[in-house]
Amino acid sequence: MSNKKINIIDSSAVPIPIENIDTDQIIPARFLKATSKLNFGENLFRDWRFKSNNKIYNDFILNNPLFNGNILLAGANFGCGSSREHAAWAIKDYGFDVVISSFFADIFKMNALNNNILPIQVNDELLKYLFDEVFKNPKIKIKIDLPEQILIINDKSIKFDVDNYKKMCLINGYDDIDYLISKKDLIKDFIKDQ
Amino acid sequence: MSKTLFDKVWDSHIVESIENGPDIFLIDKHFIHEVTSPQAFEELKRKNLRVFDPGKIVATVDHNVPTLNQHLPIKDELSKIQVEKLKLNCLEYDIDLFDLGNPNQGIVHVIGPELGITQPGMTIVCGDSHTSTHGAFGAVAFGIGTSQVAQVLASQCLLINKPKKMRISINGKLNKNVTPKDIILYIISKLGTNGGTGFFVEYSGDVFKKMSMEGRMTVCNMSIEMGARGGIIAPDEITFKYLEKREYSPKGDQLKSKIETWNKLKTDKNAIFDQEHSFNASNIYPMLTYGTNPGMGMKYNDKIPNHNNKSDLKSLDYMGFKSGESLIGKKINYVFIGSCTNSRIEDFRLVAKYIENKRKADNVNALVVPGSQKVLNQIKEEGLDNIFTDSGFEIRQPGCSACLGMNDDKIPPGELCISTSNRNFEGRQGPGSRTILSSPILAAATAIHGKIVDINNE
Repeated sequence: MSNKKINIIDSSAVPIPIENIDTDQIIPARFLKATSKLNFGENLFRDWRFKSNNKIYNDFILNNPLFNGNILLAGANFGCGSSREHAAWAIKDYGFDVVISSFFADIFKMNALNNNILPIQVNDELLKYLFDEVFKNPKIKIKIDLPEQILIINDKSIKFDVDNYKKMCLINGYDDIDYLISKKDLIKDFIKDQ
Repeated sequence: MSKTLFDKVWDSHIVESIENGPDIFLIDKHFIHEVTSPQAFEELKRKNLRVFDPGKIVATVDHNVPTLNQHLPIKDELSKIQVEKLKLNCLEYDIDLFDLGNPNQGIVHVIGPELGITQPGMTIVCGDSHTSTHGAFGAVAFGIGTSQVAQVLASQCLLINKPKKMRISINGKLNKNVTPKDIILYIISKLGTNGGTGFFVEYSGDVFKKMSMEGRMTVCNMSIEMGARGGIIAPDEITFKYLEKREYSPKGDQLKSKIETWNKLKTDKNAIFDQEHSFNASNIYPMLTYGTNPGMGMKYNDKIPNHNNKSDLKSLDYMGFKSGESLIGKKINYVFIGSCTNSRIEDFRLVAKYIENKRKADNVNALVVPGSQKVLNQIKEEGLDNIFTDSGFEIRQPGCSACLGMNDDKIPPGELCISTSNRNFEGRQGPGSRTILSSPILAAATAIHGKIVDINNE
């Protein structure tokens, strides 16, 4: 089960070495008809996991029992396309707390952070190393230390960037809406002076 | 200090900047629709919050709605519930809704501008990535997720970091049959689907200065397809003329004084961009995509370039195409003319002009879906509906339709569709469907011939 707050995660990873994974692949539009945020994980990567007759594609990584964990490893430009937050809900509901890629689309990144998913951007070289290591040994652990902002694998320890404000939100499980509501008078005054 | 157009609009909407953190950013206009709003209202209810200012919100239904028999109850149970939910939420929170049957209903990015709700200098958001469309008016407009929809509902603000600035300039004379759609597809093919990520793009140069408002909307609409948060074009006489006599735009003296302000919305001479690109208009030809992202585009009669990257090869494999292959002569059974990119009256005029006194090929299903009730009415007023019907094209009622495979309009598995929409992702138009993006003219020509043709050498 995924976490509401994120602090330290020590987990194996699921690797999808495909670039430009768009939000239509993460969650196809026909599954956006729900009015709640629940159970989107069932349809995460729906058309890559399942054939039209609902039989599974054996060669897709999510159907391979060797690979599991709270970390999703994906190719560059992850989450491009639509602004649907359903993509983040599907990833979180499936059980991922961290997505590692060499590049994230803007809106997806924001949606991830707003749903307590930590997107970690690494360079191409490190991403390739992570893919190689995970494919070589599916049980290998990647440790993510959010307070220290480091990713640890084997003997490597790599610093990653995260917005200070968002880091505080992730660690404490805060969301933006509470902060904005606390500024309501300031906002009202600003509008009056416009 | 010299400022860009984007700086001027953005900076004037910062309520407060958090040290080492995001800005509290004020939103002037918030568009909502049925798909990305229900969970935001749930969030409000869960936290027992009010809507900050219902007057700044406009709602419509577009993604889920059928494009046939809109006067009847929606057959798809889940779609019906979602549309009903929006209606109830709008009623409860006192928000204006252009529901099915309302003369102002349509695709959110078509109705905002055509009603004059979208205006220069505004900050505009919507739970839809193609909100970038509204940047055509010199507005800062971008798509947001549902958590952010809730934030704007509750506080009229977002917590957001200011994007970097990019300028794309295009000057020179355009070639035959090149439309705004080809221009933006060309730009995306050059910059790639992530070339704009982290940036807000200002389009400048002769080509955009001469472009109609509808053309500018098509260009700004697809800014997101190169990863940019939004696109923006400085407002000018063409913009002001467009806004005259729109239902919600200011009138008379009020308009005059607004125009005085709007005229200042220009990038200062010495303003600095984080990145600049310039292209020559004469290098742009009608464009087609051949892969599964909008960056995989080429001149319509070129050969598909060589690809070695695994992801690109997967993409070509999905499309059933090979490097070195030309798309000219490719048989196409489905043609879709619509979506927030190309469903305005000028798009349909272009199509009608091409197909008049011609008949679609027998193998083709050609769907024409206007972006709004107003566009549909105008099609009828101008008699274009007869041209479409006589040519064997089917005119539907307004909505997002076959752009996204969410409502009843889907392309069957394995079929190729030439589409005026904005995304050629795997299965975007329905599971297993394969999409080729193009301008309305190329789509029209394909419908007539039943295959892709060399339109400039017919």
